[in-house]
Amino acid sequence: MTEKADVQQNPTVLGLRTWNAQAVLEVCEFRGEITVVVGREHLYSAAEYLQKDSALQFEHLSDLTCVDRFPMEPRFELSYHLVSISRRLKVRLRVRVPGSDPVVRSLTDLWPGMNWHERETFDLFGVRFEGHPDLRRILMPEDWEGHPLRKDFPVEGFR
Amino acid sequence: MPTTVQTATGTAQTMVLNMGPQHPSTHGVLRVMLELDGETVVKVESDIGYLHTGIEKTCEAKTYSQVITLTDRIDYLAPLSNNLCYCLAVEKLLGLQVPKRAQYVRVMLTELTRIGSHLVWLGTHAIDLGAMSVFLYCFREREEILKILEFISGQRMMTSYFRIGGLALEPPTGWLERMQRFLNMFPSRIDEYETLLTENRIWIARTKGIGVLSAADAIAMSVTGPMLRAAGVGYDVRKYFPYSSYEEFDFDVPTRTDSDCYGRYLVRVAEMRESLKIIKQAMEKVPAQGPIRSEAPGIVPPEREKMKTEMEALIYHFKIFTEGFSPPPGEAYQTIESPRGELGFYVASDGSPKPLRVKVRAPSFVNLQSLPKMVVGRQVADVIACIGTTDIVLGEVDR
Repeated sequence: MTEKADVQQNPTVLGLRTWNAQAVLEVCEFRGEITVVVGREHLYSAAEYLQKDSALQFEHLSDLTCVDRFPMEPRFELSYHLVSISRRLKVRLRVRVPGSDPVVRSLTDLWPGMNWHERETFDLFGVRFEGHPDLRRILMPEDWEGHPLRKDFPVEGFR
Repeated sequence: MPTTVQTATGTAQTMVLNMGPQHPSTHGVLRVMLELDGETVVKVESDIGYLHTGIEKTCEAKTYSQVITLTDRIDYLAPLSNNLCYCLAVEKLLGLQVPKRAQYVRVMLTELTRIGSHLVWLGTHAIDLGAMSVFLYCFREREEILKILEFISGQRMMTSYFRIGGLALEPPTGWLERMQRFLNMFPSRIDEYETLLTENRIWIARTKGIGVLSAADAIAMSVTGPMLRAAGVGYDVRKYFPYSSYEEFDFDVPTRTDSDCYGRYLVRVAEMRESLKIIKQAMEKVPAQGPIRSEAPGIVPPEREKMKTEMEALIYHFKIFTEGFSPPPGEAYQTIESPRGELGFYVASDGSPKPLRVKVRAPSFVNLQSLPKMVVGRQVADVIACIGTTDIVLGEVDR
């Protein structure tokens, strides 16, 4: 997708670019929603910047979701939906994670409410969150094999 | 597991108590593991997933229209809010405009659902805390709401009335009179609940100062809805990011600063009054005639009459119901203010007639996380009040 001029003028995109231009890999807009793709190693610092910056103040982490693009690589796409209540802004922060090493840094330090979101993503997709205080299955039974929302998970089960 | 604690008279063992998953005050199948020092809660952990039905995975095997019936079953106390949120997400993905008439009807019915959901909450919360009669009054009025929903959509609970591009059916004749009768009757009924509870000393003793969740904690835990507004933060998606013409309505967002169970009760009661205001305005705005679905051949099914007389309409009808329609590759995330808080649907498309991924941002799931913050250091009886005032629906927590 090509970048439109108004996307570059968006305060969130401008802010992130000024903060660290190398960290922002891609910016795209679809149906009025702005997605900023950052490198895996910059996820925590980018989120921290968005939360703490006084001009943006993304204090509310609305949602974390994952999309499995199997058999494409990098197959996992993690989307963090951030909302700034004080500035009335929204942004989708995205990280792409390869299937061979599905690990990202946990954001529970920044938003303690990420705890269950990350557990759910781990449970259903098998993406691991480094530094998570309690990374266990949450919805599926403890002895469940595999991660059911992966595209290569057989819908009738393994056996 | 039990640990040793220091007490005034020496050392003692804590006790682990399992509350649920079949406990009536957990509002479904929530299991709460409480570690107790006498009557005081030392640690609390919720165990969820007993109602996990894999709705998100099922969505990936259905066409976009078929998913609507699944959304009803997520939060079964506010099915129309889920219908609305999913339809808005898919409409955003398609870039589809919905006629104003349909938007106003959507607003009216979702606000009616909000009242219905708050009534169930108030009734069951009161019964948890020992006020039996409130439950009966609340369910009397909720029955009226369900009758209106049945009259309009043909279904009491699993309505599936909102469809992609508009509404399923033209509302029946006389529906506005039915709504008007409810609007005339309901304000005095809210007063009735308030006389039973608001100044009731037992009610105040059970809720005031109980389950305090400060604004900073609530935001850190991503808590939304009446829980957040009772902590003094006026975040309401209807006001902040309006959808379905909410910007045209004049209503207040009730907030409190006491952050406790009593504050949440007052916020929800005030919200019912605000919802009445919105319904009243929508009834004045809604045109008597006009389209209820957008003009989008291939996405919105053609009218029955056209389908039987026009070849093109017949082809579209056949294609929609056999293969479905294919939105462009992309994604959309739509949030709305459901009775429980910020409800979100994330829909990703790969250009095929079935969604690549549907994710539900369930407010109950997120709000339930804050339970330890509210109850640690308090009494066992307060746990019941806190679970009640979080207003969880386990169908939505587990999905």
